[in-house]
Amino acid sequence: MPPTLARAAIRTLTRLRCPHQPSSRHAFSTSPSRRIMELTGFTETQLTVREAVSAICSQFPSSYWQEHDASETDPKEFHAALASSGFLGIALPESLGGSGLGISEATIMMQTIAESGAGMAGAQSIHANVYATQPLARFGSKEQVEETIPKIIDGTYRTCFGVTEPDAGLDTLRLRTTAKRDGDDYVISGQKIWITCAQVASRMILLARTSPASSVPKPSQALSLFCIPLSKSSPGLELRRIKKMGGRAVDANEVFFDNYRVPASSLIGKEGHGFKIILHGMNAERCLLAGEALGLGYAALSRAASYARERNVFGRPIGQNQGIAHPLAECYMHLEAAKLATYHAARLYDASQTDESIKQDAVGIAANSAKFLAAEAAFKACERAVLAHGGMGYAVEYDVERWFRECLVPRIAPVSREMVLNFVGERVLGLPRSY
Amino acid sequence: MNPFDELSIEEAVRLRERKLPVEEIVTVTAGPAKSQDILRTAMAMGADKGIHVQIDDKEPQLEPLGVAKLLKAVVEQQKSNLVILGKQAIDDDAAQTGQMLAGLLGWSQATQASKVVVEGDVVTVTKEVDGGVETLKAKLPMIITTDLRLNEPRYASLPNIMKAKKKPLEKKTLKDFEGLDLKQRLKTVKVTEPPPREGGVKVEDVDGMISKLKELGAL
Repeated sequence: MPPTLARAAIRTLTRLRCPHQPSSRHAFSTSPSRRIMELTGFTETQLTVREAVSAICSQFPSSYWQEHDASETDPKEFHAALASSGFLGIALPESLGGSGLGISEATIMMQTIAESGAGMAGAQSIHANVYATQPLARFGSKEQVEETIPKIIDGTYRTCFGVTEPDAGLDTLRLRTTAKRDGDDYVISGQKIWITCAQVASRMILLARTSPASSVPKPSQALSLFCIPLSKSSPGLELRRIKKMGGRAVDANEVFFDNYRVPASSLIGKEGHGFKIILHGMNAERCLLAGEALGLGYAALSRAASYARERNVFGRPIGQNQGIAHPLAECYMHLEAAKLATYHAARLYDASQTDESIKQDAVGIAANSAKFLAAEAAFKACERAVLAHGGMGYAVEYDVERWFRECLVPRIAPVSREMVLNFVGERVLGLPRSY
Repeated sequence: MNPFDELSIEEAVRLRERKLPVEEIVTVTAGPAKSQDILRTAMAMGADKGIHVQIDDKEPQLEPLGVAKLLKAVVEQQKSNLVILGKQAIDDDAAQTGQMLAGLLGWSQATQASKVVVEGDVVTVTKEVDGGVETLKAKLPMIITTDLRLNEPRYASLPNIMKAKKKPLEKKTLKDFEGLDLKQRLKTVKVTEPPPREGGVKVEDVDGMISKLKELGAL
């Protein structure tokens, strides 16, 4: 039998055998499901990561994410599966049990997770473990790093990222949570908000004020970064879960500190260096978020395209109508363009680690642009996917409504669209600052 | 990778993990450039070395006997004493290579293994057969082909995937194996599709089902 015919036969047989089952590892399916993203231009390592992560994600079908979204329960099996396969250490040093890869690889991992159907919920369940651990690995003390990083990689510890406050979002320098040195401890007081995974995390990477802004030459020198234990049973710590629009499987919280004691060894780097350390990782986070947005967008678009091929109205597939086809084609082009911007930014970020001729400003502009473009492309694709499904797009069963709810996140976080526009207006176009 | 081959790699790695003296796990594939990915996956799962015999898609494809002859040559070069193979291919489902290789080498064979126990040079293999299990015992060197219930293959971890990129992968061509008679012996006479399925019928209740089954002669 010619090989192509044989493959077609296997595909058909596999479908007959388990018509509604997602492709599991031993289902004899030799062809991956239809992927629409163009893969040319990715490095071999990126493609390897994509394939390996896909294999793990395929154990978590849409029904898993639908259930966890509905019941608002943490996808801990998913986190555990990625941890046990070593993926949380993708961009952490090999000496600490990581794989020593760059943000280019971490970004395609996050994209692949979102694209698998896990969406933002899947991505957010591990996002901080991948990203917030970067400053710790880089600036933490030897003991601190050796105690925490291997445990974060193997999944024993989960971590969250505590920067945003109710009265300090983008104006990070105004944050009010204080950490005061008291003997061998720091005593933390204040409030954080939108802290993802705080309910399940045992560590928090915390940015807090260690001196009043007036007492230092630059306001940025008043902030310090910590990796603190997060123990809900200890006095002085309270978590309140926030009800939200999407990504409901993953908790987001208000966190209240009231004279919460942590060991002085929790400090990362030196006192007063916190803001500088954090800045270091912000462009990386924009890249990861851009990747996650792309994943959502491609997932939604590919679902919409297959629905448009299969759904018949007036005796023909609805995808034959240009009113359906053209908007989807347009979404594809926007996603592809955003993909190029995203992996360009990630590549710049990685190269800037060793190549001093690449200015951080250039990385910042590329990373912010990528985040903006990917978020908008994802939003368009998710919206169009719901519309292409008609009434079915509104049903949980078809997944696109979940992705649509989730795709607002990359538009808002970690920096709003408007602030990205301000940034580009000021830094690239030389326009006066408006705020 | 063919799921049966995954089981084979997994079993080899597990033998080593059971502290058996596994000196080297060598994986072999014959096929186009893309087949290398399979070797990398195998090495990420724990194999030590890969041998890629390059055969272009445009060249005549190997038949089971050809594969067996090629493997015999590799086994002799590598001085292997245990060969674990999938029980069959998943395109043509031929299920011949393992048996032919055993015949060519004059080694013992145990096909469709669902359990493998190695003690010294004695290997006990359990296989599922109609109505029960069959247990075979043989001495090394031998051939084992694997079946689905043998084990649950692992996912390659990211650190192991990265390490696998540094493991040795030998590239060879059929010219490196002289004297192999690989000429095509099989001819596809005809390929037919199975008859289309006929629609079923709905019955009202259990009684309805029983009378329908009787009517069809099934009861």
